[in-house]
Amino acid sequence: MADITLRVNGSEKKVSVSPETPLLWVLRDTLELPGTKFGCGAGLCGACTVHVDGNPIRSCSTPVSQVAGKSVTTIEGLGANGLHLLQQAWIAEEVPQCGYCQTGQIMSAAALLAKTPNPTDDQITQAMNGNLCRCGTYERIRKAIHRAAGNGGAR
Amino acid sequence: MSPLSRREFVGAGIAAGAGLVIGFYLPHGNRSRKESFSPNAYLRIAPDNKVTIVVARSEMGQGIRTALPMILAEELEADWKQIEIEQAGASTLFGDQTTGGSASIRTTWDPMRKAGAIAREMLISAAALTWSVPRSACVAESGHIKHAASNRSLSYGELVDKAATLPIPSDVTLKQSKDYKIVGQRLARVDSPAKVRGEAVFGIDLRIPGMKYAVLSRCPVIGGKVSGFDDKESKKISGVSYVGKIGDSAVAVVADSVWGAMEGRRTLNVSWDEGANKDLNTAGVMASLKQTASKKGVNLYSAGEPAKVSGRHISAEYSLPFMAHAPMEPGNCTAHFEGTTCELWAPTQVPQDCRDSVATAIGLDPDQVKVNVTLMGGGFGRRLEHDYAVEAALVSKAINGPVKVLWTREDDMRSSTYRPTSLHQLSATLDASGLPVGLSHRIIAPSISGQKGQPVPNGVDPDLPDEAGPVYGIPNYLIEYVLAETPVPLGWMRSVYALQAAFALESFIDELAVAAGKDPLKYRLQLLAKDQDLTYFTTTWHTTRMRGVLQLAAEKAGWDKPLPAGHYRGVACFGCFASYMAEVVEITMENDQPRAHRVVAAVDCGQVVNPSILEQQIQGGIVYGLSNALRAKITIEKGRVVQGNFDDYAPLRMDETPAVEVYAVPSPEAPTGIGEPSVPPIAPALCNAMYAATKKRIRALPILS
Repeated sequence: MADITLRVNGSEKKVSVSPETPLLWVLRDTLELPGTKFGCGAGLCGACTVHVDGNPIRSCSTPVSQVAGKSVTTIEGLGANGLHLLQQAWIAEEVPQCGYCQTGQIMSAAALLAKTPNPTDDQITQAMNGNLCRCGTYERIRKAIHRAAGNGGAR
Repeated sequence: MSPLSRREFVGAGIAAGAGLVIGFYLPHGNRSRKESFSPNAYLRIAPDNKVTIVVARSEMGQGIRTALPMILAEELEADWKQIEIEQAGASTLFGDQTTGGSASIRTTWDPMRKAGAIAREMLISAAALTWSVPRSACVAESGHIKHAASNRSLSYGELVDKAATLPIPSDVTLKQSKDYKIVGQRLARVDSPAKVRGEAVFGIDLRIPGMKYAVLSRCPVIGGKVSGFDDKESKKISGVSYVGKIGDSAVAVVADSVWGAMEGRRTLNVSWDEGANKDLNTAGVMASLKQTASKKGVNLYSAGEPAKVSGRHISAEYSLPFMAHAPMEPGNCTAHFEGTTCELWAPTQVPQDCRDSVATAIGLDPDQVKVNVTLMGGGFGRRLEHDYAVEAALVSKAINGPVKVLWTREDDMRSSTYRPTSLHQLSATLDASGLPVGLSHRIIAPSISGQKGQPVPNGVDPDLPDEAGPVYGIPNYLIEYVLAETPVPLGWMRSVYALQAAFALESFIDELAVAAGKDPLKYRLQLLAKDQDLTYFTTTWHTTRMRGVLQLAAEKAGWDKPLPAGHYRGVACFGCFASYMAEVVEITMENDQPRAHRVVAAVDCGQVVNPSILEQQIQGGIVYGLSNALRAKITIEKGRVVQGNFDDYAPLRMDETPAVEVYAVPSPEAPTGIGEPSVPPIAPALCNAMYAATKKRIRALPILS
């Protein structure tokens, strides 16, 4: 066990867990932020995507010790000041079916738009290809990203 | 415990209509909520004008929490903005609550409409009495009853007290489709905002006070058992509080965190009695299917005598592997056993089966088990099983406290139930013009229901009547089913046997078109040219409607227009779950692999309830079907499932996803299934496009194996 301090959605959090615990389980179980999802546990599906210092990472395969002192943003913190443009676009394009992977999809998309405010189709594919969706919502995800970009997406 | 099989449920629903819904007519409202008007179990109207519609099917992404209330709200003449949704748990009020078989809309279309219409008529009566005017002078509109002559209006909320005192009408007139204001509209799904905020509560997210977490070590060999275990190392893991055998073939590790339980399992040492299947492998399964093929089967469909017609004879054999559902949310269930009761929070397609099987497993009566239904992160049939619920209840009983059992992705891939592998023998006799005068299709596959000990009447797996019917009016036409056996656990996976049946039939029809030297679309249209009704079990398939979807897809795809160099098209059509579907796919070949660029899908599913949800289902079904066609394959070695995660069982990602256009044939018919019918045609359409490109025929899925 170790005491680890990290910033989550703008607040400092101190957790007492074994240092190799994946960030995913610290977020979900310890900090009670269940919007970040468990899909594969191996960095293959992207359902657990969060931002660490602004970069998208797979929290299921990132030991919490690696993010000590860093700033983590989860889906719960993305739209802290009302819905993020991507969340609005996701609703407008009716993206979610089961919705389970969508928080991870949105976090990947948000990281893309932060760096590339007007992505091409190829840039969208490249940024989103690590996020699986078994409901097959990819086309609407693409549309929603374009919609958010058209509305100034990066915010 | 004898839950209705999936097929019995579907059949009963169609045959019985509203009568299926046990307890539908509650005696004079629900008196436990005095302040509300509740003429039936589906509906409550409160004095504050909130209309609560109870959804007695499970939401797994198919939009049922939006679509079912739309149907009721239409007849109620409610204002959609006043509607709130309540998820029903396992209950005796709603008949069979199984969510599957693309059946939710088609089996509740009548009961939901009647539930709304009954309330509407009672509210009209209440207003008429209040105003002392004839009922005929009152109109229901946007959550109000209006009396035009006196320009008076009362909201539904204002009428609930009076309405609750009135007799419930036994017969009501339903609206004409031309008057629909809600049904047929692209209304936004009610569940989207919570899902994009991360606030939607899936089974995995649900927490109850004092809850522990458990993961189970299950025997890796199919049918194997625990012979012993050593938990010395597991118990050294921080937070691990319990390690114990659950049933015959698993050991549970319980901890105060998911990670603790996973680490406890990683360090657990279990020895297994591998049992009878320890040498089972995929080649052996296929050899056994081939052996079974020599047996006589049962006729699913029979017209004329294909064996007796003469002409040019063509035959081919197709095969498909086991496949895994792999929903994004791994299996889980939360249970709290408290001596004489057990409460479950289950992401399940079968709340009543969960209740009954849990009751049996832990020695309670079904009415001592309460099942709450959570959102599901995908289902695709995997959550028609209740293994996760039974495990959770057993672990909760063992530790005498609340627990969430969680499966990992590897658990889901390796200890699942699988789409049955199958073998298909097709033969046809062509006349001088190249059209088949005879066709026979032998389906050799294990029975899902049979393996589960459910009835297989006359040797016919009960799913086949919804999923393996005839497409064309060929004069001599035989569809035969040969029941095979396998120890590999079987489950109902999205579109079930329709996927296999369509792949074989629609690939073979393409072979016939090639043999006849004809365009594959025109060949199909020629086979469908005559208006014919093909009766298959309780469904009558109309060649007219199949021709309609085929023509629509072809027209929208521009079948007659030339393609860019290197682009090729394929087409397939199929009917299942009472809906008609045609798909045209456009591909290029890159490094011997197909890349689908565009899919045009046309459907005839009767009245469309919500076109946006319809598009979701069809787009999603095609992506699911492409994953199945390209790579989905579960193989067995030494009795173990080989694949474990999304690297060796790799569904479609964005880069492989084509643009999908969806067109629905306008229809006033009652709605039919839409969750599954888009899945089966895509594999044969894709393989037919590949043939157009390469002149090589794919006869075994997956394509990339």
